[in-house]
Amino acid sequence: MTDMINMLAGIAPGSALDKARDARPEARRQAQASYDALFSPTEAGTFSLQDRFAVAAFVAALHGRDETRDFYKEQLVAAGASPELQVAVASEAFEARTHGPYGHYPAGPLSLENSDGMVYAVGPTARHVLGQRLATAFEHTHMLVYHPRDAAPASLQAMLDAGWSTTDIVTLSQLVSFLAFQIRVVAGLKALNARPA
Amino acid sequence: MTEKTQTPPAHTEPVVFTRDQLDWLPWLEPAAEETLTPRQKESLVDAARAKSPYFRLLARDPDILEARTRTDKDIFYNPQAGLPRAERELAAAATSRLNGCIYCASVHARHAAIYSKRERDVQKLLDQGISVDLDPRWNAIVAASAALTGIPIDFGPDDIDRLRSVGLDDLAIIDVINAASFFNWANRLMLSLGEPATTD
Repeated sequence: MTDMINMLAGIAPGSALDKARDARPEARRQAQASYDALFSPTEAGTFSLQDRFAVAAFVAALHGRDETRDFYKEQLVAAGASPELQVAVASEAFEARTHGPYGHYPAGPLSLENSDGMVYAVGPTARHVLGQRLATAFEHTHMLVYHPRDAAPASLQAMLDAGWSTTDIVTLSQLVSFLAFQIRVVAGLKALNARPA
Repeated sequence: MTEKTQTPPAHTEPVVFTRDQLDWLPWLEPAAEETLTPRQKESLVDAARAKSPYFRLLARDPDILEARTRTDKDIFYNPQAGLPRAERELAAAATSRLNGCIYCASVHARHAAIYSKRERDVQKLLDQGISVDLDPRWNAIVAASAALTGIPIDFGPDDIDRLRSVGLDDLAIIDVINAASFFNWANRLMLSLGEPATTD
């Protein structure tokens, strides 16, 4: 069975780390099933595969880990993205990279911990290439990646107004959040693999 | 036809990190309990979750919900070796504290406190944040969770060495990585699809 996390982390089949991962067999299998559910769904519905990989390539590029960034970049090409779309995703990710997590808390004692950061808006050239629907998703995605505690209904309403259905928003939220998981697991296992006991 | 977000009923929002039981109120419309399809019910894994607006909202995409839930359960509940449950919960609580998910932190701080019987230390993490000084082993787990949670991700060989130096073997380190990474998934859903409320 394909195991994307092992592949991206460079863990050799049969190695000690591969065997250690087998002690959590369901976590391993279901992390793969999660990838499959998002990126080879039984029905993509109104959230196309190309759009899924455009968001994924953006998220992976924001995280800046070579192994996952390159993989999703290639998947976007394989999904039939035009050269203009590929450039728009890469250049927006470059412009939008920052340090997180930041954001605001409900007013009270935690206000002392509020920290401001970039509130990203897609640039005019990329907006033309992405279209309003995908551009709005990139803006929502950037918030999810870097400052999820700033989330508010207005961001979801912007998604709905841009033509995303409630169900599509659930799928997009899962996709971005799953990648936040997968990219970190790969980064963590790669570090562990590089430092055998 | 454009859909609309939901305005939650009047409630009190929690303004500090707490181990108290909280509610969660959705900003998007969950699937109605009586209209759940067999596939959606199956995706909840636990039938009781049909009562939860959070899981009924996620059930709009049942395939990813089911895979997410089964990933979650094995990371936290698989009893075979590795990191004790209390410390998997500690990693989840520390991650939630850094991302700022008051709801997730409340659930997993409660679990961490129950399984470790170290209520004071868990409360210190909630009160002071991830730079808190607990003991060398818990500090290492909290620091590793924080390094994995920050973006750019600042987790590397030094974190592995530190975890080994406080007694974690490969499987226990995998558990830390899985638990902290999984909460980077869970926190984003809970934070962005609704809001917490106190239960009085």
